[in-house]
Amino acid sequence: MVWSRMKDISDKSHIRSRWCITLRITPLLKPSSEPHDRGNMAFTFAAFCYMLALLLTAALIFFAIWHIIAFDELKTDYKNPIDQCNTLNPLVLPEYLIHFFFCVMFFCAAEWLTLCLNLPLFAYHVWRYMSRPVMSSPGLYDPTTIMNADILAYCQKEGWCKLAFYLLSFFYYLYGMIYVLVSS
Amino acid sequence: MTRLKWPGPSQNLQQLPALSYGMAPHQNYSPLQAKAPLGPGLYPQNSPYHPPSSLPHTPPLSASPVPQMPSAQSTPPPVAGGGYYNSPLQTPAMGPAWHYNTSAPVTPPHAHAATNHMAPPRSMAPSTSSPAPGPGLPPSSAHGYSQTGVAPHTYHQPVRPPYGAPPSAAAASGPRPAMGPPPPIGQPPPMGQPPPMGQPPPMGQPPPMGQPPPMGQPPPMGQPPPMGQPPPMGQPPPMGQPPPMGQPPPMRHPPPMVHPPPTGHSPSGAPPPMRPTPPPSGPPMGNATPPTPKADAQWDAVNHSAPPSESEEGDVECPGIMSGNGPQAPNSYNHVESQPGAPPPPGPPGRHLGHYPSLPPGYQSSPSGHTTQPYPLKQQPYQQPGPAQLSPSLAALSLQSGTPEALRVVNLLQERNLLPAGPITPPTPCLPQDLQRVNCNPEVFRATLTSIPQNQSLLNKAKLPLGLLLHPFKDLSQLPVVTSSTIVRCRSCRTYINPFVSFLDQRRWKCNLCYRVNEVPEEFMYNPVSRAYGEPHKRPEVQNATIEFIAPSEYMLRPPQPAVYLFVLDVSHNALETGYLHVFCQSLLDNLSSLPGDSRTKVGFITFDSTIHFYNLQEGLSQPQMLIVSDIEDIFLPTPDSLLVNLSESKELVQDLLKSLPTMFEKSMETQSALGSALQAAFKLLSPTGGRMSVFQTQLPNLGAGALQSREDPNQRAAAKDVQHLSPATDFYKKLALDCSGQQVAVDLFLLSAQYCDLASLGCISRYSAGSVYYYPSYHQQHSPAQVERFQKDLKRYLTRKIGFEAVMRIRCTKGLSIHTFHGNFFVRSTDLLSLPNVNPDAGFAVQMSIDENLDDLQVVSFQAALLYTSSKGERRIRVHTLCLPVVNSLADIFAGADVQAITGLLACMAVDRSVTASLSDARDALTNAAVDSLSCYRQSVLTIQQPGLLSPCCLRLFPLYVLALHKQKAFRVGTSTRLDDRVFAMCQLKYQPLVYAMLMIHPALYRLDDLTDQGALNVNDRTIPQPPVLQLSVEKFSRDGAFLMDAGTVMYLWIGRNCSPAFLSQVLGVTSYAAVPENMYLLPEPETVRSNAARPLRREPDEDSLSAEHDRGQDRLRPLPLSLKLRPLLSVKLRPFPLSLKPRPLLSVKLRPLFLSVKLRPLFLSVKLRPLFLSMKLRPLLLSMKLRPLFLSMKLRPSCF
Repeated sequence: MVWSRMKDISDKSHIRSRWCITLRITPLLKPSSEPHDRGNMAFTFAAFCYMLALLLTAALIFFAIWHIIAFDELKTDYKNPIDQCNTLNPLVLPEYLIHFFFCVMFFCAAEWLTLCLNLPLFAYHVWRYMSRPVMSSPGLYDPTTIMNADILAYCQKEGWCKLAFYLLSFFYYLYGMIYVLVSS
Repeated sequence: MTRLKWPGPSQNLQQLPALSYGMAPHQNYSPLQAKAPLGPGLYPQNSPYHPPSSLPHTPPLSASPVPQMPSAQSTPPPVAGGGYYNSPLQTPAMGPAWHYNTSAPVTPPHAHAATNHMAPPRSMAPSTSSPAPGPGLPPSSAHGYSQTGVAPHTYHQPVRPPYGAPPSAAAASGPRPAMGPPPPIGQPPPMGQPPPMGQPPPMGQPPPMGQPPPMGQPPPMGQPPPMGQPPPMGQPPPMGQPPPMGQPPPMRHPPPMVHPPPTGHSPSGAPPPMRPTPPPSGPPMGNATPPTPKADAQWDAVNHSAPPSESEEGDVECPGIMSGNGPQAPNSYNHVESQPGAPPPPGPPGRHLGHYPSLPPGYQSSPSGHTTQPYPLKQQPYQQPGPAQLSPSLAALSLQSGTPEALRVVNLLQERNLLPAGPITPPTPCLPQDLQRVNCNPEVFRATLTSIPQNQSLLNKAKLPLGLLLHPFKDLSQLPVVTSSTIVRCRSCRTYINPFVSFLDQRRWKCNLCYRVNEVPEEFMYNPVSRAYGEPHKRPEVQNATIEFIAPSEYMLRPPQPAVYLFVLDVSHNALETGYLHVFCQSLLDNLSSLPGDSRTKVGFITFDSTIHFYNLQEGLSQPQMLIVSDIEDIFLPTPDSLLVNLSESKELVQDLLKSLPTMFEKSMETQSALGSALQAAFKLLSPTGGRMSVFQTQLPNLGAGALQSREDPNQRAAAKDVQHLSPATDFYKKLALDCSGQQVAVDLFLLSAQYCDLASLGCISRYSAGSVYYYPSYHQQHSPAQVERFQKDLKRYLTRKIGFEAVMRIRCTKGLSIHTFHGNFFVRSTDLLSLPNVNPDAGFAVQMSIDENLDDLQVVSFQAALLYTSSKGERRIRVHTLCLPVVNSLADIFAGADVQAITGLLACMAVDRSVTASLSDARDALTNAAVDSLSCYRQSVLTIQQPGLLSPCCLRLFPLYVLALHKQKAFRVGTSTRLDDRVFAMCQLKYQPLVYAMLMIHPALYRLDDLTDQGALNVNDRTIPQPPVLQLSVEKFSRDGAFLMDAGTVMYLWIGRNCSPAFLSQVLGVTSYAAVPENMYLLPEPETVRSNAARPLRREPDEDSLSAEHDRGQDRLRPLPLSLKLRPLLSVKLRPFPLSLKPRPLLSVKLRPLFLSVKLRPLFLSVKLRPLFLSMKLRPLLLSMKLRPLFLSMKLRPSCF
């Protein structure tokens, strides 16, 4: 039952529905926990990981939105590519590290399924960072090539895909957390 | 409908334009275009084409004037097409006369402007008409007319008065009305439109323009004759005779070109009746005098006063004839001529070059690039009335006939001689003649596909790249300049008003890029050229596709900067060894006074080895003061105020410094080079003002910031399958370049080095700051005299050429198209905006386009490049180029409009990008695939009759050859030992050079010298310049008893056969026998005989043909004539790689394989890099090992967690 509700939400959720999501979480938790509450709910390490991942994913969603907006601004000439790259580049590594961090957490918690779901993205991050242009500072984006239509389109697509992934995983973690709590 | 038009005609010129404009955008145009001129009309159905393909030219052509065909064959197919038409039309040349008359009274001097205006209108009308003649024309034409008709009415009244004034005008008007009505009826081709044309005759001329091979040129051709100039020309044959036009020889733009201008001068006098006004182009200068006292008020006095100095820069402003009189009204229109004057500065390189400057203005203007026609032609077309009556019909013909020729099937396996004898001319867009007449010169603005596909999928099917090639700051022999307090632009997309907008009525115009309807400002209603009110469509802005505005203060973010030049010189031991300082100082001393600039010009010097030396040149010092900063880690400016000094105030100190500089460091044993720090210092010095930084470097920077290490392994040069290190090793230079760009500083890099210098990294400093790179491998004062001389010539051109500061260039295009990628030296600031701290006349740009939306409902699309810059005189100026191209919906039409040279140029740029981002072999494959794909697409989709062999449309027949040439270009070749720097430099050049030069680099021109004849020779300035045919680059063309000249752009090679006639040797080389040819010979001896006189100009031939000014580019092609015996065998080997015979074979074999595995997809997700991640054995144990699990999952831990 919880699962189905979650699905509903995730289907309807859009970026802009950040608020809706947070609002709905509370009601969701209450009814779902009631029927399953056997009185022996344990707060395991896995549950802790899920909670942490939940929070961090929320942060990543903001990163993704920021990313999308930034590239949209670039495309519509609102911003100079140099400035834009200067604001975007410092965010790249933190995002990757956050993701890497909870991958490690899931690994430690032996949540193999969750880990598997995250590995492709992790691998992508590694590949992306390895193939970045020659730069002396951390980051991915080179102001001299960023305006190339291919790269711009790629970055935008990347932003949307990541946003979708993070949103889905957000709900997955929510589900996972509850599941772990309830089942242990 | 016809009636409507008529009113227009009565007004003559003016109305016409109205008509045309009205039609222009969607409604009017579409009908017309769809049917007649553009796609369908031209090559309506595929089927018709095919037959032609199988049967060479005849079918389509026959429809039009047939005679052309033969000529076409011999010459470049596409271009030639145009030529055909012209010939028939030309006869009517007289038509233009009226125009002149009418306009003449008003603005005699401005012949250009006036003529231009006139012409366009006419052209408009004709154009519409022209389409009509085609297949489904009638209906379309009708549409266009009806609307336009309305507009014309409004125009008429206002217009007439002004015109009426001149008697001639009156006469003209009279005839027109009469003419108009009848003609429409009587003349089928013209249709209803022609009548309005009354002026059409002028139009007709334009058509000739378009038709003539080069397009723009033909018109000039036609015009000159009308002028009466033909006789003066001496080239009369081509000129005067329309028929010649059609002929291939005329095709060579140069001749026609040349003539027209001269005609302009003398002719004007000669054919008084014809044009009261002055000759259009060349003459403008001279015209200045003619002013008509009356309305002049509007003209700018300013322009008049324009100092001669400007001319030096290349642009001379010619005040309107009138200019002197009135106060400077807000609206002023000046002709600017850039005299070939520009050339003079650069031109001087060669001694022989001397003649350059001396060329009469007309000639100068006429010079054309090899491939393209001279710029002047365009404008001339307008002016020249040409055969007015014929025009419409001609236009139609041209459209139809042109395509067939371009699509003629050529079997590459059987044709041995693919190269046309003359220059290769770009195809003419299939536009209504009136539009084509005013279209931008292909040398300045050129598209790879002159017919734009309707949608992206069609483009993908054609497998040809869509893009633009620009040479926006080219030295122009004539350039209209407008001074106006308000520059009319579209309110939503900010497009500048241009000849391709449509006027809905007198007060409204519709943008041709975004289709917004805009108001015509009050000020714009007045036409300074004709001094008439209410003719917005006749303003110079609407009559010229290339125009320059003097920008008002809204276009300045800060006061225009002065010209600032900073020289950063390497004075390490290595640098002094090469001895370049002597040459540099001497050149700068010689040219100090001709540096472009005004009284505010500033100069500064920095030298560096392991320390940075500044020079205090403050006025009042008795001698230059050297300040040494040895703290290169944290660079600072010792005296910020006195390092950059006003040139005029401190000239003596500067001269002192330059004289002492070469000897100052002679004893230096410092071998290190702190280039990075020197650049940082220079940037600090320049950042408050912006300006140009010229960096001379002779070794790998190895100290301080930006230090580099050698990455090249010489042993791997030939062996390695893939070349490494094509991308920069550090981003230091790129970041610095971006900082420079932000502060309007451009960095030009002169690399003079014998060893590896890592140009790939160093070059970034110029690449992103819009500078230029010069590279002199193995430069040494004694050991490489050829390099020294090249350096000298380059420097001279470099120091004296025109320059624009704090520039930006925006390229706009019709909604539905978008810019995909830019190529060149610049920083891309937004999707369509390039930041160019400096812009120079030797810079070219390429742009890849993509089609975002369906263009189904459009007949034409337009592209506009606007370059905003500060001239060296501190004037803010905007140079606007507008190009208009038809939209087509069939593959056949796309192929027919393919411009093989532009395609090659764009592909070269794309391949350079690919080699840097992927690999060289990838780039080579992609090049091959491009040729294979396009030809196989042609075969599958366009050819209906399948024949054996390697079939290609005539217009693309050189494509495989050029692709092969690219494979053998230094930039992309493999297997031979190529130094990394050489390769990278060649890549820079491919991206940065204007197409004309890039093509010479890719595929040099080969001439045979020992049997020059006067056939088709040019007559310039009393000298006969023979025009030998261009030979295929194949050993079979060589013979031991000949002498051959190969022009490779920056270098020319003279190859002497062992049995070369002694007469040639003694007359040209000054030696008695082959054995006596000196080992090293870089210049031809001074001419002593007639024979050598003949050969001498030939050497310059490329320059003479093309716009003189630009060609010089400081690199005197004549200079290096390595005749050494050693080179002789080398040369023959060099040439071998190009043999045509080999070409098809490799192509075919490689062809089919890579077809569908496009390289793009491969690397993306399947790249080898990813694989190890998932599958590597190393990782597996980590993740799955049982050992680890217990650690975290053990029951022991769990409780602790909670």
